[in-house]
Order: sequence, then C-alpha cells, then structure tokens
Amino acid sequence: MDDQTEKTSSPEQAQAPPSDEFAGLSPDSLREALRRMLLIRAFEETAEQLYFQGLIHGTMHLSIGQEGSAVGSIWALRPEDYILSTHRGHGHSIAKGAKPSLMMAEFLAKETGYCRGRGGSMHIADVETGNLGANGIVGGGIPLAAGVGVSIQMQKLDRVVMVFFGDGAANEGAFHESLNLASIWDLPVVYLCENNQYAMSMSVRRSMNIEDISQRACAYGIPGVSVDGNDFLAVYRAAKEAVDRARRGEGPTLIEAKTYRWKGHSRSDKQRYRTKEEVQEWQARDPIRRLAERMMAQGWLDEAAFQALQADVDREIQEAVRFAQESPEPDPATILEGVYA
Amino acid sequence: MSRELTYAQAIREAIALAMERDERVFLFGEDVGIYGGAFGVTDGLLDRFGPERVRDTPISEAVLAGVATGAAMTGMRPILEIQFMDFITLSMEQLVLQAAKLRFMLGGKVNIPFVLRTPAGAGTGAAAQHSESLENWFVHVPGIKVVMPSTPADAKGLLLGAIEDPNPVIFVEHKLLYRTKGPVPEGYTPIPLSQTEVKREGGDLTVVATSLMVARALEAAETLAQEGIQLEVVDPRTLKPLDEQPIIDSVKKTGRVLIVHEACKTGGYGGELAAIIAGSEAFDYLDAPIRRLAGLDMPVPYNRELERRMVPQVEDIVDAARKLVREGI
Repeated sequence: MDDQTEKTSSPEQAQAPPSDEFAGLSPDSLREALRRMLLIRAFEETAEQLYFQGLIHGTMHLSIGQEGSAVGSIWALRPEDYILSTHRGHGHSIAKGAKPSLMMAEFLAKETGYCRGRGGSMHIADVETGNLGANGIVGGGIPLAAGVGVSIQMQKLDRVVMVFFGDGAANEGAFHESLNLASIWDLPVVYLCENNQYAMSMSVRRSMNIEDISQRACAYGIPGVSVDGNDFLAVYRAAKEAVDRARRGEGPTLIEAKTYRWKGHSRSDKQRYRTKEEVQEWQARDPIRRLAERMMAQGWLDEAAFQALQADVDREIQEAVRFAQESPEPDPATILEGVYA
Repeated sequence: MSRELTYAQAIREAIALAMERDERVFLFGEDVGIYGGAFGVTDGLLDRFGPERVRDTPISEAVLAGVATGAAMTGMRPILEIQFMDFITLSMEQLVLQAAKLRFMLGGKVNIPFVLRTPAGAGTGAAAQHSESLENWFVHVPGIKVVMPSTPADAKGLLLGAIEDPNPVIFVEHKLLYRTKGPVPEGYTPIPLSQTEVKREGGDLTVVATSLMVARALEAAETLAQEGIQLEVVDPRTLKPLDEQPIIDSVKKTGRVLIVHEACKTGGYGGELAAIIAGSEAFDYLDAPIRRLAGLDMPVPYNRELERRMVPQVEDIVDAARKLVREGI
C-alpha cells in the first residue's frame, strides 16, 4: 500500500527519470506487490482447477493476465480507502487485502466465506478492508461509487473510492451519469476502467469508435489517462496521481488500463472471437514477469527470491483450500438471514 | 398536541425533523432545492439546511439511486426524491439489483438505510408517463420495503419511521393527497413500519384500501352509513412487510371484504391481499367472494373523464360495497 513518503508523480511523466523508475516505491513495497500479484494468479489457477473437479459450482470470471492493473491501482490506496469491484474481481479483493482462505470458503459456498456462502465468486466483499463488493451487473458499481463519494465528502473523511469496471461497462448509460455527477460535485472517486479488449465476445474495436476510453473524460471536464495496464508501475503512477487529486478534494479522474484476460470470459466461453496468436502476444507481456524482471535488473530480486515468493503463495493457497474444504455449509435454517436488516 | 397540516407540509416537517436530529440525513433529487420540489414538498429546506444537505441533482435517475445506495452503505441516511414515480423505471437496476440485494449478497455485512420518496397516481391530467402507481413492482423485490401513507399524520410518522429503518424504503406519496389536511402530532413522532391501521370501524364489510383509496373508502363509508351499511376501512400503510393480522381479524369480524387500490388490477397488490385472506383463518368466516376494485389494465389516459374512469372513484366503492353487503356478490 501507499507508504506516504514518496513524492507524487503525474501521468504525463510517462518517461520517468531513472531515479523515479519505481515511482518512489521501496523494494519491500514492490516485493509485496509482486507477491500479491502471484497470490492472485495462484488463487485463480487453483479456483479453476477446483471448478473442473466439481468442487465449485456456478460460474467464475478469471482475471489471469490482469494482475498488473488490479495491484498497480490498489497500491495507490490506503487501507481505509474504498473499492468497488466487478464480476472479474478476485484480483481487486486480494490486492486490497482480502484473505484467500475466506475467499476460497466463499467459492466453496461455505458459511465461513466472506458472504456466508450467499454471494459466491461474483459478489466477494470484505467490508473491513474497504472492499464494498464485486458486482454481477456490468457497470453496476459505477453509480454506487458516486454515493460512496458523497458519503466520504459529507462525513469529511480523508478517504477516496476507486471503482473498477471494464471496457463493456463504459458503454452503459450509468457510466455517463456517474462521471458527470462526480465531476460537478468534485467527488473523491477514481474511475478505473480495465480495458481487457473484449466485453464477453464484443471487441472494443467493434463497440466504440474511439482509440482510448479515457478520451471520454473530456466530456465531463475531468482528467483522463490511458496506461499500459500490464505495467504495474505505469498503473501505479496514474492511480497515485488520481488518488492524490481526489484526496485533495479536486474531484474524479478516469483511468484506462489497457490489459487482457488470458482466459475466456467465463466457463462457457469457446473464444471464437479471438486467435491463439493474439492471446500469446499478450501472454508475452505478462505483468508479473515484467515487474519481476525490472526488479531483478535493479538488483532488488533474484530468481531464487522469486521462486521463494511463488512457493510462499502456493502454500497460502493450499492452506486456503484446506480451510474452505473443512468449513461448514450454511445451515438451511438461516436461509432468510440477511434479506432485511 | 396536534394541529392541521397538509400531507405535503407533514412530509416536509418529517424531513426537517430528521435532518435536525441526525446529521447523516440528507435530501437530494431533481429540483428539490431552489425549486422546492416539483410538487413543492421540499420548499424552504434548502434555505434551512444549505446546499450540501439539500442537493439539486442533474436528471440522472440511475446514478441517483446509486448515490442513495452507496451513501447508505457507508454511513449516511439519504432521502432521495424521484420526481414522478414513473421515472423510477430509470432507476430500476440500482434499486432492484443493487439496493435490494447487496445486503444479502454480502452475507448481511452492510445495511442500506435510505428512503426513496416519490409521488405516484393519476388525477392530474398528466397522462400516461406522469401518473403511474408502480408500488407492486417493489413489493415483489425482497430486500425493499414499501410504504404508502394515506393521511398527513401517517405521512409524517411513517416517513420518520422509514428514515429510522435500516433498509431501503420506497415511500410512495400520492399527488392528490398533497393538499389534503388533517391533524398531525407535533414533535418527533415516528410510526414504526409494518403496522396496519383500522381507519374506521364497522361491522358489515371490510374495505382494505391503500393511499388515496383510503380517503375515497372513508368517503364511501359516510355515504353508506346513511343507508345503514357500516364499512370497516383498513389501511395496510406498509405494503411490505405487511402486518397481516389486523386485516384477517377485520374480515373475520365482517365476513366480507373489498380490496381497493389505484394501480392496475392485474398483478396488483390486491391479488396478494386476496390470497393472504383466502389462505388465512378468515376463510371460514367469508360470506361472500373476495372482491377487488382497482385501476383498469391500461395506461393512464389524458381526457378528464377517461382518466376518472380508469381509477376507482367514491361511487365505484359505494356500488361495489353495497352489492357485496346486500347481494353477497
């Protein structure tokens, strides 16, 4: 998380000076960010296996390949800041500090899960870490973010809210209403669009006639910036600038992180809309490997340390699976709990 | 102590009392500030509480419902005015898929205490897109409460009760009631939700009515009393969750029931009430079929006479009640 001591950077500094190559983040902070990205990937790979084994039912939307935008953006937040996430939200939850054990218990529909087994993969929330929940409706969190922003503003809290959504959600009408309202009221909202190139099968090339989704910011009189979403540091820099601006009371920012999901949209996807070559091209830009290599070049990480991090997260995920499997199912007598307060 | 207020004044007083008492309460919506609300309900509140707590908004019903939900789940107590109930259609995703479900989906870990106030009903010549009564849509959505006050006193008390409630509440006001007067208690006097009230006692027929139809049923009761027919008028006040027992008790007493609401009959609240009564211990006491009087299944027409005929009038209630009591049909 944001260690408060660094100087602020701005997205215009795409060519950051060498001294600022790591955006002021310490080696420890970067190692933890890398570990968080590995944790997301290990969590999702394991969840997919459990799904194939029939231990998880329903559906799930994997964000493998998008770890750079999830962790890079959330690294600019403080623990007390809020996030609102999407149906592809496992990475956001883990980046914000959710425990893999309680997430896995939710995936296995157990009483010990974050949502007591009532929400599943698509609704993971962890209110204690400021994660107000993933959302099954494309763009569903975007109006909520304005409300959280009003709440922060009226309670005079030193917080911001970061709302994640995809390229598909940027075509929802509620996107327009929310950005406009946040702009006129100077709400402390960071709109983080993870453009992973496809809204299910609909490519951004076919669904909009603009090059960068961030161009839409100008319609609301707010800053908009597009960054390489697979570059942890580029995402972090843009997010930090936007978060600082929001915290100063200067209003919202729209960030587009251009990224790619390696897996299909959900379990039903035959991926007829893209080629294997395209997937491989993006896999060559693996955000985890890229950050690791930059740290190695700086002498802040070596292959052995990287393997140790990997082994550490694998252990954590195996422990999470064990916890989930040993947890009790919800008691049917409690079926109606939670509908009304 | 109570004094005469209009229904609109009673609502305004409730908002002001809640805002004085609890700084988490704020009011927002289209034209609620300088304009004072499309029906004048929020007149003067901007001057009293300032633009941060009385917020004029752009015409953006989707995000406004999101603002209510997002602010409520992070510690505020918003009151949102949706200018006409018809426009709630533009808020449906946030209300039905977010506000109503988030608490449950999140394992009960958040509360979403907000009130959405909205004027419903025909009778103003505003035609099909400014006259709807859509309360039953929300009755069908678990997680949301639905309140429909019929008098100034209920409007004040129930609005205070709704603001105190930890759930999303759709508070359905009626345009034709805004100028009606009645005694309203002074001070902070919330009425808890889900308390059905018998508005008039009588032994011959139970009339279960909502909102404006309560006033019309009471007028019909006056007329029929002159013929020796005594109506018992029962007002659920909160449609969901419903306090069923007073309705069942009344039907057991009278043996006959007429249900009256303004919304279209098919799929309306009357069907639910009829099923509750038929499935209760009151069934054995019924001397006549359960009857429903409701809006015709059609958009609200512009022409004055057509509009009148679309919605139950006092004479319709008189006729239907007389027939049930005299002929048992």
